[in-house]
Amino acid sequence: MASDAAVAHKQDYVNFFNTKKGIMSWVWTIDHKRIGIMYMCAITFFFLLAVCLGLLIRGELMVPNAMTDGKPFLDVFSPLFGGVTGGDLYNRVLTLHGIIMIFLFIIPSIPAIFGNFFLPIMIGADDVAFPKLNLLSWYCYVLGAIVAIISVAVGGIDTGWTFYAPYSANTSANLYLPLTAAFILGWSSILTGINFVVTIHRLRVKEMGWFEMPLFCWALYATSWIQVVATPVVGITLILLMMERFMGIGIFDPAKGGDPVLFQHMFWIYSHPAVYIMILPAMGVVSEIIPVFSRKTIFGYKFIAFSSIAIALIGSLVWAHHMFTAGMAYEARVLFSLLTFFVAVPSAIKVFNWIFTMFRGSIKMDPPMVFAVIFIILFSIGGFSGLVNGALATDVHIHDTSFVVGHFHYVMFGGTGVIFFGAMLYWFPKMFGRMYNKTIINISAIMFFVGFNTLYGGMKLMGLNGMPRRYADYVVEYAQIQKISTHGSWLMVAGIFLMFGTLFYSVFKGKKAPDNPWGGATLEWTVQTPPPLLNFDEQPENIRGAYDYPEVVAEGEPKETVGV
Amino acid sequence: MTDLSAHSDLEHGGHEIHYDPEGCKIGFWLFLFTEVFLFGMLFIAFGVYLTGYKADFQASSAMLDVKMGGINTLVLLTSSLTMALAIRAVQVDKKGQSLFLMLVTIGFAVVFCVIKYFEWTHKFHTGIHLGSAETFGVPSVLTDMPRGQQLYFGLYYVMTGFHAFHVLVGSILIMVAMYYVANGKVNKDRITLIENAGLFWHLVDLVWIYLFPLFYLIK
Amino acid sequence: MSDHAHEEHHIMPIKTYILVWVALLFLTGITIGASYVNMYKFTVFTAFFIATIKVTLVLLYFMHIRYEKPLYTWMIVAVLITYGIFIGLTYADYQFRW
Repeated sequence: MASDAAVAHKQDYVNFFNTKKGIMSWVWTIDHKRIGIMYMCAITFFFLLAVCLGLLIRGELMVPNAMTDGKPFLDVFSPLFGGVTGGDLYNRVLTLHGIIMIFLFIIPSIPAIFGNFFLPIMIGADDVAFPKLNLLSWYCYVLGAIVAIISVAVGGIDTGWTFYAPYSANTSANLYLPLTAAFILGWSSILTGINFVVTIHRLRVKEMGWFEMPLFCWALYATSWIQVVATPVVGITLILLMMERFMGIGIFDPAKGGDPVLFQHMFWIYSHPAVYIMILPAMGVVSEIIPVFSRKTIFGYKFIAFSSIAIALIGSLVWAHHMFTAGMAYEARVLFSLLTFFVAVPSAIKVFNWIFTMFRGSIKMDPPMVFAVIFIILFSIGGFSGLVNGALATDVHIHDTSFVVGHFHYVMFGGTGVIFFGAMLYWFPKMFGRMYNKTIINISAIMFFVGFNTLYGGMKLMGLNGMPRRYADYVVEYAQIQKISTHGSWLMVAGIFLMFGTLFYSVFKGKKAPDNPWGGATLEWTVQTPPPLLNFDEQPENIRGAYDYPEVVAEGEPKETVGV
Repeated sequence: MTDLSAHSDLEHGGHEIHYDPEGCKIGFWLFLFTEVFLFGMLFIAFGVYLTGYKADFQASSAMLDVKMGGINTLVLLTSSLTMALAIRAVQVDKKGQSLFLMLVTIGFAVVFCVIKYFEWTHKFHTGIHLGSAETFGVPSVLTDMPRGQQLYFGLYYVMTGFHAFHVLVGSILIMVAMYYVANGKVNKDRITLIENAGLFWHLVDLVWIYLFPLFYLIK
Repeated sequence: MSDHAHEEHHIMPIKTYILVWVALLFLTGITIGASYVNMYKFTVFTAFFIATIKVTLVLLYFMHIRYEKPLYTWMIVAVLITYGIFIGLTYADYQFRW
């Protein structure tokens, strides 16, 4: 029912894609939306790359005793890794999978893509506070990624993504490049964090108070603070590690009186809050998606907002639960185990609020909602297994088994990764002005869900039975379940590629999407699709609350494509 | 928020960038916080080993030259004063005075680095270094010392070195500020840049205020 | 741009800067002097305590926190609390282990 006037209105504005053409207009752009799109391309590329590496690992684990029989599957790929073979190669593939997934995918994923693209629009600003800094942050990411890739070309490293000393201080692999890469990527993260905090403080439209912000902005605010406060800690840790290797200052070297456990302390003081850098923005996106597809106001806005801050705070109290078997004092272990349980509280508050938002809503199972529900299920499973890890006594049993690997894939991949898909599906029509085929995406979601649980559920079972993590080889008793797990990985990856294939096709060939295909109430749905260069033609006025659903629902069902 | 003329601007360049002094200041403070944690972790490492190797740390501390450290403290504190006054001079629109005071500040920074240089080379000559005999001319005596002392000097070189690096960066920032004050781009209505350079310089001072007693005065 | 006016309001007299500087030098003298007195357990603590007074002076006057909006104070307090937590919990390990 698009009237001629509306169509004319659509055509006479300049959207951010067609303001300026040519590659240079992207290279030097300071437009937060274009930077977001560039991040999206790079991050998706690295994600798919690391998924393939994960498949290689699963391939290696398909058969028992491959190493001892002298027939490791991975040896086929050894030319890609400078001729390293056998167990060494496995370690390097494993490390690479971890480093890419953590530093190049999960940490930047949601803030850098969707935070960049939507935070300014959601608070009614025309860009982030420091657009040039934003571009610098993007180039830090690019530079870090390049250095990381070069480090692979010269043979890769075998320390695991955690770089634990003292092994990392002595290994023959070239550690300077990956450490430098992580350091530069840290800067990218810090700059984005600074930018977002200032943006939220300074650029909200006048009539939007702190408690009228969409919850995604609250999540980003908490995340950005963690980025600013915690990232320098890992920066200095990596510098110390480099100096240790370079000059032998002795700080992590027991022979000189140093304490390797201090490295773990410093590393996890960053890296534990970093898991909240990863998960908080995802929780923010879920808080956006669920009310839209339940056609209902979010339940307990302030609780969700404050629980984001609470997670950021409590999350910085619990780092040593990664080190229960590292040789800490007993008293400290008990204390950290106790503190760990407190993190469960704000996370649980969020989950309950989401479920209550869905309760008695008129739920529409569109793809973003499907992924939000998958998130709640997988994150809850992961969260509960987190309690098993957090309890000191059980952790001693399962530490360094594949149970832990299963756990963090449930919370990180089943949490942040799933919402990376969910956010992409939710905002895809706004970003590209196209709609995708919902049925195909829903099929891919089911494939993903089944494959995921087979893969990582299998890992958890194996872990409980004692399968160690990071081992290239295993005894025949685990053969059956490893095989099932690997089959699960194929199904899951097929789902992922089906989804990204569909999205890629839809960027160019999808049906045109209207301004507000889902019937959302936040500000980004009030601007044209794709958004104009400066987001708002006029300063937004009389904005409605971010979750005023009775009002939105009264306006009738949203149209999902134009001209139907 | 913008009219059509802004749109045509965009087709040529990009966004017009709003000048928001308050935002810049908040942003710079956030950056300073990252520095606080950078040094903070070094201090935690120092503190941990201080509790572990108290006697060794005290013995090593006695080997440092309090006179040189003390003079350096005075130099840095005074440079902080001159920098603060330089900012004030811009606030009251006295360009020449401000440039002079910043030059003095950089002079103090140079004095600080020179003293540091003599302190370090003196240590190197007595064999307290982390390198080989070929690089430094004398074999390292550090490896024969007790473990706590090795750690102490390892941390000493890393932390004072890291601080000296920040003195260098701070001086460069002040030079940039001088350039913009000289050509008038930084003036009493657009003061953020020199203010932030000043904040950074004070932070360098703050770090030294803790470094000095912890390294030189724990005997 | 009301922010400009805001900045101009807080031009401190030169005298304040000089006084703060004198106080800082004086406290440095005390720190050095105190290090020659054997205070057993409290040596490090005293040095740390005096340094903290000096840092507060620099923050309040040289870095103008006294004249800024409360936001800055809150941010600094939050950061210091976080840092305090890092110290405290790290020591929760080392205090019992070493």
